[in-house]
Amino acid sequence: MPGATERTGGSTAIRVENLSKTFDTAAVLHDLSLDVRAGELLALLGPSGSGKTTLLRIIAGLDFPDDGRIVFGAQDATKLPVQQRAVGFVFQHYALFKHMSVAENIAYGLNARKRADRPAKAEIKRRVGDLLDLIKLSGFADRYPSQLSGGQRQRIALARALAVEPRVLLLDEPFGALDAQVRKDLRRWLREIHDRTGQTTIFVTHDQDEALELSDRVAVLAKGRLEQVGTPDEVQEAPVSATVLKFLGDTIEVEAIAQGGEVRVNGRLTPVAAPEGLVGPIKLYARPWQLQFAEGDGAHLEGVVRSSYRTQGRQRIEVDRPEGKTVVVEAADTNRFAAGSPVGLRIIGGHVFPN
Amino acid sequence: MAPPTRANPPTRAKRRFLRPSVIPGFGLAFGYTLTCLGLIVLLPLAALVTRASGLGLSGIWEVATDPRVASALRVSFGVSLVAALTASVFGFLIAWVLTRYRFPGRKIVDAVVDLPFALPTAVAGIALAALYAPNGLVGAQLARVGIEAAYTPVGIYIAMVFIGLPFAVRTVQPLIAEIDKEIEEASATLGAGRVHTLVRVVLPPLIPAVLTGFALAFARGVGEYGSIIFIAGNLPYVSEIAPLLIVIKLSEYDYGGACAIATIMLGISFLTLLAINLIQAWSRRRFGYV
Amino acid sequence: MSETFAPVTLAEARPASVVTEGRWIRRGLIAVAILFLALFLVLPLLTVFAQAFAKGIGAYLAAFTEADAHAAIRLTLLTAAIAVPFNLVFGIMASWAVAKFEFWGKNLLVTLIDLPFSVSPVVSGLIYVLVFGAQGLVGPWLLEHDVQVIFAVPGIVLATIFVTFPFVARQLIPLMQEQGTAEEEAALTLGASGWHAFRTVTLPNIRWGLLYSVLLCNARAMGEFGAVSVVSGHIRGLTNTLPLHVEILYNEYNFVAAFAVASLLAGLALVTLLVKSLLEWRYADEIAAGARGH
Repeated sequence: MPGATERTGGSTAIRVENLSKTFDTAAVLHDLSLDVRAGELLALLGPSGSGKTTLLRIIAGLDFPDDGRIVFGAQDATKLPVQQRAVGFVFQHYALFKHMSVAENIAYGLNARKRADRPAKAEIKRRVGDLLDLIKLSGFADRYPSQLSGGQRQRIALARALAVEPRVLLLDEPFGALDAQVRKDLRRWLREIHDRTGQTTIFVTHDQDEALELSDRVAVLAKGRLEQVGTPDEVQEAPVSATVLKFLGDTIEVEAIAQGGEVRVNGRLTPVAAPEGLVGPIKLYARPWQLQFAEGDGAHLEGVVRSSYRTQGRQRIEVDRPEGKTVVVEAADTNRFAAGSPVGLRIIGGHVFPN
Repeated sequence: MAPPTRANPPTRAKRRFLRPSVIPGFGLAFGYTLTCLGLIVLLPLAALVTRASGLGLSGIWEVATDPRVASALRVSFGVSLVAALTASVFGFLIAWVLTRYRFPGRKIVDAVVDLPFALPTAVAGIALAALYAPNGLVGAQLARVGIEAAYTPVGIYIAMVFIGLPFAVRTVQPLIAEIDKEIEEASATLGAGRVHTLVRVVLPPLIPAVLTGFALAFARGVGEYGSIIFIAGNLPYVSEIAPLLIVIKLSEYDYGGACAIATIMLGISFLTLLAINLIQAWSRRRFGYV
Repeated sequence: MSETFAPVTLAEARPASVVTEGRWIRRGLIAVAILFLALFLVLPLLTVFAQAFAKGIGAYLAAFTEADAHAAIRLTLLTAAIAVPFNLVFGIMASWAVAKFEFWGKNLLVTLIDLPFSVSPVVSGLIYVLVFGAQGLVGPWLLEHDVQVIFAVPGIVLATIFVTFPFVARQLIPLMQEQGTAEEEAALTLGASGWHAFRTVTLPNIRWGLLYSVLLCNARAMGEFGAVSVVSGHIRGLTNTLPLHVEILYNEYNFVAAFAVASLLAGLALVTLLVKSLLEWRYADEIAAGARGH
């Protein structure tokens, strides 16, 4: 990720301290703390119901925590009204003003200012023009939102948020409502804009690929708790919990025994190391490519091939295990496996976590 | 309408009256709403309830069983029932034709359905009276076949159908428009004939709406005054309706009598409202929509 | 595609659609529907104009030269001019509270707002007599202070407000609920004050629904008969609205004048229907939530 290392060393722009929030009776955030660094592109990643959107809305001042603080730089912003927070919020369905033209939408935040703070008309016009250039929609100033495609609306919503020169840009599932190809283009484009402006940005997503591809750091949320924060490499290479691991991709779960720093499956040693003090029956988690086909003593597991299919130069083989579970193994697209043939599986990597 | 914003302080209460929101102006809007509702609607209605409870159940019963009052109530409820039934049948047919078929002038016909909503009841009343009087355009024809419309319950019936029709049409129309044609096609591919499809597949989900429309037309008919009194002739024991009797009691300064009749009518209104709510609750459970 | 070659024959050879009725049944049902509407709705409307002009245009116009007719027109306009703005403001306030916030007892509040729709017009008048009448709750006190509500203009206005009370709120609540709060929130994050957001975002979003509901509210306010009849006292030239004036003329067997005045109200109804239909055709989505219900 270009430029990621310089930026992640930045000072703290936003500090979230011990945030708790309940809706009616259900808790959505539990004692959550998080530092957002100046200039970074941070992804809040989690399944639906993990509290990520609520966290984003609390940072924006659109929702209120029951407990905890939000600090912008050195200023306690917990009780700061939304209007004074200077955040740029991009809503999931954009929330463009239907009855205003594109230019009016982008200029809205500037026109809403008190007369003394409001830029001159010509200045507003110039800034709208600049932003339209930035989002590559220069000819669209007089169009109305209903005349635009989803991707174009998304970009207008972003320009509208940037127009007020926010100290942080907040995006709620920014690509959620778009189709696959537009999504990909917009992702790359957002990354470019971020690299160019250096704007501190937080975005919410439930899509791991999106978070891993786009962000400098990823904060993984589950059930209202922060599971892990780190660069995409860190969370992938060293997930701190099974929840994080499972959420980041397909996982195979295997019964294992830990003892003396080693992990054994079916009595056979695996290359996975057990952390100090972890002893007894545990679960070993592996990715599909961390299993290999092997024979005899080399195999940790046995099974019968159920089916296989090819995808993008790789082969995915479903293997039925004797205890009834089916695991997916990924292998190079060379050997063919006939359904019904018995195979052995060797674990070449994986993760174990304290119970 | 919204007052200038202020910072909404975070609250700790778990079970609260209002879910905290960044949108301003709740206090003002809610307070204003409640004040208006209280002064304009609830207070005057409470006055009626107080007055009626002064009479007691026996007092109300006494008024209700007075032969003239009983007859007026019978006319109001009985005729309204028949009129609502008529309005429902033809209302369904009109709604079906308007949503399912394309024909020239459809939009105008659709607009005409709302005429009883827009036309003042007194105007409708004198027009119906003129039409159905023995020397009127339609009345003369009816007289030839031996039907007396004006100054009989038949006239009341006609006015009530007039006033109730839009309710019957407008409650079923949007639901007919929303029927997924695929379910009809599915029924046809499974071998059902058109009549079978209509009766077994299309109609059942529409029943709650038809019942709601019927109840609305019925409630409106029972309470209706302006469009009826001109055509009804208002003969005691024959074509006198309950709302008119309230007016008569009031003009005689018999407030107790007026209140008793009004309470009975109000009670029926609420029962109808309750019935509608039950129908809709049932519909939501059974069909997933109202 | 084959239709381009032989449209007529193939179109006729196609089997009947499975999702509609046969052509003759269709035509029959359309005929029944139109006939029924013509007989029950259109004919009475035409009668109003036919009777109004039965004795020529001179007799028609004569009905409007009367001082009492002028007074009735004035009172009707005055009543609507108070009742409609009142309910407009109430409707906006109520729908703002109900549609934009979550609070306890919301459904009850909406049911109560709807209440006047299920009360007979005559009962609507009666309850105000019970409050303000000579034997009413505050009537005697008002009498002492020489304030007349019943059998006077204030009573007429109050009764009219009551019967038209739910019109605007009922239209706006589902519309604003469907629009949600995202646009207002967007305006707030961009620095707009609550009032600014309301004026520049909420109001433009509900403008057609607002106009629509005001139109219907006004039609009912000008045309209300039963409730107004109970509180008015029918004092000619003083407490007669147009519908009450029609009644008096009719009961005096002054049919031409009665229908002439009625034609004024019927004209109002037609204009209302026309504008209403135009709004529905043009702005269906911006009037009603999901364009469902009435």
